[in-house]
Amino acid sequence: MAKIRGAVVIDRERCKGCNLCVVACPLDVLALSTKEVNRKGYNFAYEARDGVCTGCTSCALVCPDGCISVYRIKEE
Amino acid sequence: MSGNETTLMKGNEAIAHAAIRCGCDGYFGYPITPQSEILETLAAEKPWETTGMVVLQAESELAAINMVYGGACTGKRVMTSSSSPGISLMQEGISYMAGAELPGLIVNVMRGGPGLGTIQPSQSDYFQSCKGGGHGDYRLIVLAPASVQEMADFTDLAFELSFRYRNPAMILADGIIGQMMEKLILPPFKPRRSEEQIIAECPWATTGRTAGRGPNIITSLELRPEEMEVINRRIQTKYKVIEEKEVRFESYLLDDAEYAIVAFGSAARIAKKSILAAREKGIRAGLLRPVTLWPFPSEEVRALSRRVKGILSLEINAGQMVEDIALAAQGRIPVRHFGRLGGIIPTPDEVVEVLESELVKS
Amino acid sequence: MDREYIIRHGRRVYGKPALMNDVPMHYCPGCSHGVVHKLICEAVEEMGMTEKTIAISPVGCAVFAYKYIDLDWQEAAHGRAPALACAVKRLWPDRLVFTYQGDGDLACIGTAETIHALSRADNIAIIFINNAIYGMTGGQMAPTTLYGMKTATCPSGRQTDLHGHPLRITELAAALEGTCYVTRQSVDTPAAINKAKKAILKAFGYSMQGRGASLVEIVSACSSGWKMSPEKANLWMREHMFSYFPPGDLKDTGREVQ
Repeated sequence: MAKIRGAVVIDRERCKGCNLCVVACPLDVLALSTKEVNRKGYNFAYEARDGVCTGCTSCALVCPDGCISVYRIKEE
Repeated sequence: MSGNETTLMKGNEAIAHAAIRCGCDGYFGYPITPQSEILETLAAEKPWETTGMVVLQAESELAAINMVYGGACTGKRVMTSSSSPGISLMQEGISYMAGAELPGLIVNVMRGGPGLGTIQPSQSDYFQSCKGGGHGDYRLIVLAPASVQEMADFTDLAFELSFRYRNPAMILADGIIGQMMEKLILPPFKPRRSEEQIIAECPWATTGRTAGRGPNIITSLELRPEEMEVINRRIQTKYKVIEEKEVRFESYLLDDAEYAIVAFGSAARIAKKSILAAREKGIRAGLLRPVTLWPFPSEEVRALSRRVKGILSLEINAGQMVEDIALAAQGRIPVRHFGRLGGIIPTPDEVVEVLESELVKS
Repeated sequence: MDREYIIRHGRRVYGKPALMNDVPMHYCPGCSHGVVHKLICEAVEEMGMTEKTIAISPVGCAVFAYKYIDLDWQEAAHGRAPALACAVKRLWPDRLVFTYQGDGDLACIGTAETIHALSRADNIAIIFINNAIYGMTGGQMAPTTLYGMKTATCPSGRQTDLHGHPLRITELAAALEGTCYVTRQSVDTPAAINKAKKAILKAFGYSMQGRGASLVEIVSACSSGWKMSPEKANLWMREHMFSYFPPGDLKDTGREVQ
């Protein structure tokens, strides 16, 4: 059975660390950085769990700053 | 009506007909005495069926001037008209237009104030029109018609000037000029500009982000003080150019005059009668009529102050333009003011009496 | 199959809209404005109206909307955006003309302009961000501030005897003959965001079809003004705002015709 695999690219410098994407992700893929901040001083979102994302775009939809691009591929 | 025929109408009606004929794209206004005939005439003429001009009765003067602001942003020839209390309400939008450097025409058919005042004629909005009115450092190009003919002629002129300098222009008339009937020759028809012409002639206008250019943004907002100072200085430089190039005035029997009356609009017509009466009494008087109240003909007043014995500022108000006259005369000669208030129009005899008592005999 | 492979060989299914500029937006973290900005960008792009759209920005937090959305913009005085839009649409009938306004701008200082533009059936769309507070000036009471809600100018909470009632202007709009589409949406969940986008597309579409005026209210969160995290603000909004400002269509003349 084909499985949908996804990945996100997050513009770290544009991210304001609002955490809404983290909350929106149904598979708990995302997290906010804890040790690093961007140039504006925000903790930024990143893909914390590898190989889980299905590319559902929930995180990107709720992102107010348009920081998240979502990619999807069908795994045969 | 078509062609250049001579006709008889009110000053207010003349403005409406002239607007249709000079390619005006839109009129937005709110009824107020003594200028409601402008909107009424436009509504009766239905220019939207002929030239395509938009005519809309707004919900308030505030909305009307902001409709003008919106239309002006798109490069269209748009106008509004009102009378003193309504013009007060419009000051916000006028300041925004000046700040965003937008063309547009505002007609003020003045009535007496302050407050609700009276519906009778007055010239007491000189300060408001020429010294700002709204907030910020800005100027309006202010034209003062003295006849029904000039009401018509200045409509196109005001648009021309306001587009040339991207600055709002005002026709400052009063209830006398607005309401009286006179013969006039209506200007010839000039077609409205096409959308392509507007986009080509007004590359700054918000007409939709046409291919090949970035977005056009019309705003008067700039929070960085260094930038805001640059913008203000640029606007002030523009005002200097207007002051140098656009002063308009009329002289009447000034060549041999010993005394000068300075008057604008309807007061200038009274002044002419007074001057003839004074000359019969042996007083050689003449008239300087500022046609542009801003830019004010300061140089002409200065020159006058070097050769006449005194200047009388005849205004239908408590003394406003007299301050600009005194500034130009720089104390060289006596400068006096005479005016009636509350909607009362001064008579030529009264003016001659004041001329004699205040200047000739003192 | 690792991340890099998916990004390189997969399909890009979502990203910042082309019409959204790269310049960072000044909005606070988690602010609903950004989401609505994205939806407007997407709607204009999908309609192919980029070259024919004239947008009117308000005074309030969205005063700089013109920096973020790559369209022709006019910056209106506080509350006057509908007056500008009305003139623009009448002068350029084939343009898509919309205003973007907050609750202070639309439901307070600009009430007259809003109601009359809607009542005149001007073929414009009004996007109305209702977060029940004045954001830009630092969290003062809005006409839509809820009963008991604390703001900088009602620090003990909104009291009816002092401040009157929160204004449901969208209900007022629905009662006007001039409106064709009046709806209340939110952008707090992916599902709500998809619905809000459909609403904006419908409002824009109706305005181009000449059906009359549309009002799309977006019940929004203001985490800074409400003094809570963006996540909590969304929860608070659902719990408190939705009961007074229930989401859903209030009027759709297109649907009635069908």
